[in-house]
Amino acid sequence: MTDAVPRDPVLSTSGITMIFGGLTALSDVNFSVERGSITALIGPNGAGKTTFFNCLTGIYRPSRGTMVFSPEPGKSFGLKKLAPDRITWLGIARTFQNIRLFNNLTVLENVLIACHSRMKAGILGALLRDRRTRDEENAMAEFSYRLLARYGLGPSANHVAKNLPYGAQRRLEIVRALATRPSLLLLDEPAAGLNIAETRELDDLIKYIRANESLSILLIEHDMSLVMSVSDMVYVLDYGSLIASGPPDEIRRDPKVIKAYLGED
Amino acid sequence: MELFLNLCVGGLTKGSIYALIALGYTMVYGIIALINFAHGEIYMIGAFTALIFSMVLGALGLTGWGLLFSAGFFAVVYCAMYGWTLEKVAYKPLRGQSRLAPLISAIGMSIFLQNYVQLVQTPNFLAFPDLIPDLGFLSGFRGVASKTQFAIVAATAVSMVALTLFIKKTRIGMAMRAVSQDPTMARLTGVNIDKVISTTFIIGSMLAAVGGLLIGNYAHQTDFFIGFLAGMKAFTAAVLGGIGSIPGAVVGALILGFSESFAAGYISSDYEDVVAFVLLIAILTLRPDGIMGSATTQKV
Repeated sequence: MTDAVPRDPVLSTSGITMIFGGLTALSDVNFSVERGSITALIGPNGAGKTTFFNCLTGIYRPSRGTMVFSPEPGKSFGLKKLAPDRITWLGIARTFQNIRLFNNLTVLENVLIACHSRMKAGILGALLRDRRTRDEENAMAEFSYRLLARYGLGPSANHVAKNLPYGAQRRLEIVRALATRPSLLLLDEPAAGLNIAETRELDDLIKYIRANESLSILLIEHDMSLVMSVSDMVYVLDYGSLIASGPPDEIRRDPKVIKAYLGED
Repeated sequence: MELFLNLCVGGLTKGSIYALIALGYTMVYGIIALINFAHGEIYMIGAFTALIFSMVLGALGLTGWGLLFSAGFFAVVYCAMYGWTLEKVAYKPLRGQSRLAPLISAIGMSIFLQNYVQLVQTPNFLAFPDLIPDLGFLSGFRGVASKTQFAIVAATAVSMVALTLFIKKTRIGMAMRAVSQDPTMARLTGVNIDKVISTTFIIGSMLAAVGGLLIGNYAHQTDFFIGFLAGMKAFTAAVLGGIGSIPGAVVGALILGFSESFAAGYISSDYEDVVAFVLLIAILTLRPDGIMGSATTQKV
């Protein structure tokens, strides 16, 4: 394992351990994401990858360990005791392996909901609809439209989300995550269920996000060609422990990784 | 023919009251999957508050529409505070526990509020003044619809439109729809779920307060126990329509109101509750998720 400590991590965890009853799902995970990088987390099914995401986003509270998130250089926050909406507000957004859109809301509303986490006006403003609130809401709507247009979803803004084709739903889920204006985007198996052409589009999309939005990406993925193509750094998780980390080329040849994926002979 | 028309108007009136209460049940269920059994008591408190404020404001010299609307306003605000407090005191501390815990807490709150009003106010029936001014244009409908019945249906219709606009058009309404579909995901997109839950309780309680004010005028009396049966019926209406569904609650309430009215008119008023609950059993046997409810699969 290469132990190069990134100089400016957007996220670093140390000793993250998650125990469910008698089952240790994560054990002593020390992990970091360099600011501006695309980092991949790979590993066989059941290795604890999604559990790790759930810890980062406040859905689970790890049994032990610390998680530090630094949305911009010089600022850092411990994540362990925060509620999910607070973590989103600080700047971590995520997508799910099985797409979780608000199916009965329109495409635009899905994005608007996410935008609203950044609004200043409160409940009273929403009811009284004073000028400032309306201006802010209009600005949010415009921002959402532009975001949808930029990611090719402009024409379907008023469609109900569940009627979109699968690939577009995946794209919308990513756009919704971007609408919270994250500094760290977590993608949980974005290629799951996509065909070859759609996976290629996703590859372009991730690179486009990296080039155009100033954020870092942490990616869980099974599709190795995608991982090798987009990531700067790869971590490998097996049975809840990190077994390797390094640049993609190194990981591809690592005997421990090959063993974890293919079994011992 | 006149009997038929009278029964229709009676059914519509009853259905409207049930709908105002049923919306509170269905909205709370939609957001946190809790049957708020104390909701009927909010409606009862609405009737009491409207009565008390109408007495005080009437003594201060207010009359006519001014009296009706100011008493209504205070009842609505007072019940909104009750609803908000109820959630903070009885349900919020139990969030994340088994679903039975807040349910028991709801039943406890229901009994508590009934007894509280009984002790602080009175165990007897109180006469409720007629607050609704004469509506001149109704004279042509004499014998078909009374001014109170008209006011009930009109107030309910206005409340429904306001609620629909709130849920469709405002940010919080959108957040409520998102939370009812996927609470975890809503939190991950930055929705403050506490605010959404509080708002849901506040709005449900406001609608119940309107119902309480109207039923007082209709029945000309109130007591601490009116929330129990009305709450049961409204809950039935919500389940009938598909609990969690807002249009479902209204449809369920109207079906219940009409069937009670017709049972009372054509069979005997002793049978109105029997018909209501037989209907519930029949519909749930054929459509377990209610008329407008959709079969949901539990996510793991």
